[in-house]
Amino acid sequence: MTLDILLAGMLLGALVFYVLTGGADFGAGVWTLLARGKRGHLHQALIDRAIGPIWESNHVWLILIVTILFAGFPRAFAVITTALHIPLTALLVAIVLRGSAFVFRTHDVRPRSDHDASQVFWRRIFAGSSLVAPLMLGTTIGTIASGRLSERLPSFFELFVAPWLAFFPLLVGCFTLALFVSLAAIYLILETADPLLQEDLRRRALVLWIIVSSLGGIVLIESRTGAPVIYDGLAHTGGGRAILGLTAIAGLVTLAALLLRRFRTARAAAAAQVILIIFGWAVSQYPYLVVPNVRLPEAAAPDQVLRLLVWSLLIGGLVLFPSLFYLYRVFKAHALFAPPADR
Amino acid sequence: MSDLLAARSQMAMSLGFHIIFAVIGVAMPLMMTIAEWRWVRTGDPAYLALARRWAKGAAILFAVGAVSGTVLSFELGLLWPRFMDWAGAIIGPLFALEGFAFFTEAIFLGIYLYGWHHLRPTLHIAAGIIVTTSGVVSAAVVTTANAWMNTPAGFELADGLPHDIRPWAVMTNPHALHESLHMVLAAFAATGLLVAGIHAFLILRGAHDNFHRYALAIALLVGGIPTLLQSISGDALTKVVAAHQPAKLAAMEALFHTAPGAAFHLGGLPDEESESVPYSLEIPKLLSLLLYLDPQATVAGLDRTPRRDWPPVAVVHVAFQIMVGAGMVMMMLVLWAAWRWKQGRLYEDRLLLWALALGAPLGFLAIEAGWVVTEVGRQPWIIYGIMRTSEAVTPMPGIAIPFVMFTVLYGVLALVVVWTISRHISATERHGHPPESGEVR
Ligand code: HDD
Ligand code: HEM
Ligand code: HEM
Repeated sequence: MTLDILLAGMLLGALVFYVLTGGADFGAGVWTLLARGKRGHLHQALIDRAIGPIWESNHVWLILIVTILFAGFPRAFAVITTALHIPLTALLVAIVLRGSAFVFRTHDVRPRSDHDASQVFWRRIFAGSSLVAPLMLGTTIGTIASGRLSERLPSFFELFVAPWLAFFPLLVGCFTLALFVSLAAIYLILETADPLLQEDLRRRALVLWIIVSSLGGIVLIESRTGAPVIYDGLAHTGGGRAILGLTAIAGLVTLAALLLRRFRTARAAAAAQVILIIFGWAVSQYPYLVVPNVRLPEAAAPDQVLRLLVWSLLIGGLVLFPSLFYLYRVFKAHALFAPPADR
Repeated sequence: MSDLLAARSQMAMSLGFHIIFAVIGVAMPLMMTIAEWRWVRTGDPAYLALARRWAKGAAILFAVGAVSGTVLSFELGLLWPRFMDWAGAIIGPLFALEGFAFFTEAIFLGIYLYGWHHLRPTLHIAAGIIVTTSGVVSAAVVTTANAWMNTPAGFELADGLPHDIRPWAVMTNPHALHESLHMVLAAFAATGLLVAGIHAFLILRGAHDNFHRYALAIALLVGGIPTLLQSISGDALTKVVAAHQPAKLAAMEALFHTAPGAAFHLGGLPDEESESVPYSLEIPKLLSLLLYLDPQATVAGLDRTPRRDWPPVAVVHVAFQIMVGAGMVMMMLVLWAAWRWKQGRLYEDRLLLWALALGAPLGFLAIEAGWVVTEVGRQPWIIYGIMRTSEAVTPMPGIAIPFVMFTVLYGVLALVVVWTISRHISATERHGHPPESGEVR
């Protein structure tokens, strides 16, 4: 395996971690929209407690992705940040608002009632920005995969708007949003011991399952015209078909586990499904970093830089993973490490 | 507004905003950790209350630091794609290193802020130490990347592209050590004196319990020592600038003409047209003496640089004067406080307390001014001597729009932060040290 592929693999790994952790934090933010009514304040408290200690760490995956991208594949970074200036700016605004609204609301000196005007205000901002960020992230990925970033007529619209403001990229945006929201619902079930809350969340997870599955199917069908490179990779290669099959199985296991209230299994299956989706996208897009004009290995940094990066990531990982494990051990013992019997 | 100007303004505004929170993110954890350690050593609950109080307010600042930093890492590409395309492989590894520092910082910050009831005090303090260390590392590493823009090193230039990249030489570029040290000291100096000023003010308003005395003492210690060291570090940094970026140095000192026995200009508003410095106090030979310890030494003036490569002289000179002036005042405040402390009258000298309260923002003023010296003084280059800022800017038109948008966003955020933090401070004032119950949420 060559260095550029190794580093691209690490980049993909970081993306998987980001989606599984940071993605679910955004999803949890979206659920605040539904935290109203009888048990609304309980749901809100559950969400705050669940993401409070970890969202900043989870968010750093995104920063790592950006830095690996511009260090290892500077051309790809330049192309993406130029053509996708507008959705990325929207993503940034959403990230800023999400983080700030969360701390403004949860770190106020005097705890106030849930109905206090400022609480309501920051809750709305928090929920709204949690909704916009995954949309923009997904749209960005959809554009990268679509091949719409090729040479175009030199007009503002053609260069900076048309690539992403199109059906397929926006569809991927919606799919990403649904995926994050559904992950969050499934994670949250395991964060509470209250059977009523669990039941609420289980119902929501089931609804989301339907949405995710249908959107996933539509994305696949649409990719035929929207992102032919991806469609070919998935539908016309043995590996691609195998990944599709496994993804479908993971989806069915998630559904069955939710119906049977085997929440740990549901969580594992949902995570596996996300990993498979990302993997399927990456494998079918290889060797393109950005379809159709940024490819490996030409777009990679010189070997000495790649080697340095790979080694830094490996050594950094030796510090990072034990630290992350410790963080989750301290705050997520109930959801991750407790024996399944007491959930 | 041209797109280039808009892009430069957006970068400057985003960085100027981020640096405030970043600096607090470096220094605040040390102060919280010291307070908690004193609590373990003395058993005095006022120390524990202090650590928690600081932690609860600082959590807001950390989060704003993290999100505004995210904006920056994207902006490097959103605004300067050609720079990143060219230099990404060179400075990128530094940012990747920085990524890991952020990770340890964020992880252990989470553990520190939310883990009061989950960990033994020794482990909790250890988490605080890790946060401080990673904060210092990330500040040093990102400043090293900036230092490379000032003194690019570690590659060969062929056909206008970098080849043969030597990462070690990139990291040890001539500016790196002095600039990072200066930045790290600045972080502690500015934050320490800010917090000291706030607590001095609360003592003046009649809060005479140990809570505020301890706070003042810790903040003065953490801020005071770096403040005293900062003049030495700044002097060394000036000499490095003189050796590697003569045009920047000449602009800082408003020296238009190369001369032996160069004079030092105190104050003044340099005029590029007439090449003079009206309203300044000229001290003969002092500049040569300061830079080379020789009153007759020759100092290169702006006349050695073609005019199209001049940085905006007035901005750089005034910003430099503001930084050094602020640094001098801060030093005097610290010495005054140290003297009173030795006499055991730190908390009684109302004049001193007033001076500390009024001087609280000086460190931040110096930081913003110092970055203007570094960044504006590097113009018209984004990579000194190699790539012009105008060559690096994004082809995307209409950059004024995101600039205005982020300015408004950050303006509103700044107001909310100030309002929220002042609620924290006034709550502290009212209750002395409030009985913190439960978790610091
Ligand atoms: C508490 C803040 C503070 C204080 C008291 C000082 N500085 Fe400073 N200075 C900074 C905070 C700072 C800074 C904002 O942190 C900069 C910007 C870039 C950097 O690394 O540090 C800086 C940059 C900076 C530069 C430009 C370096 C470059 O262009 O690469 C010079 C020459 C000095 N400083 C010199 C001094 C001198 C002679 C001081 C005398 C007291 C001084 N500074 C006090
Ligand atoms: C181009 C310049 C810069 C970029 C791209 C950048 C990027 C970032 C990013 C992405 C974060 C968020 C990390 C997280 O999620 O925890 C951050 C935070 C931070 N940055 Fe910057 N930064 C820049 C300039 C600086 C400078 C000059 C300093 C020097 C003091 C600095 C020090 C820090 C620190 C200490 C934090 C942690 C913030 C906190 O916890 O409050 N950064 N930065
Ligand atoms: C956080 C502290 C910093 C502040 C307050 C700051 C301030 C500024 C200012 C005022 C400008 C505009 C200069 C002009 O166009 O006249 C600027 C530009 C820029 N800065 Fe910094 N800077 C900081 C740190 C950094 C760091 C650490 C890096 C990179 C590693 C960096 C990279 C840039 C780039 C790429 C530009 C745009 C190109 C240019 O104008 O030369 N800055 N910054």
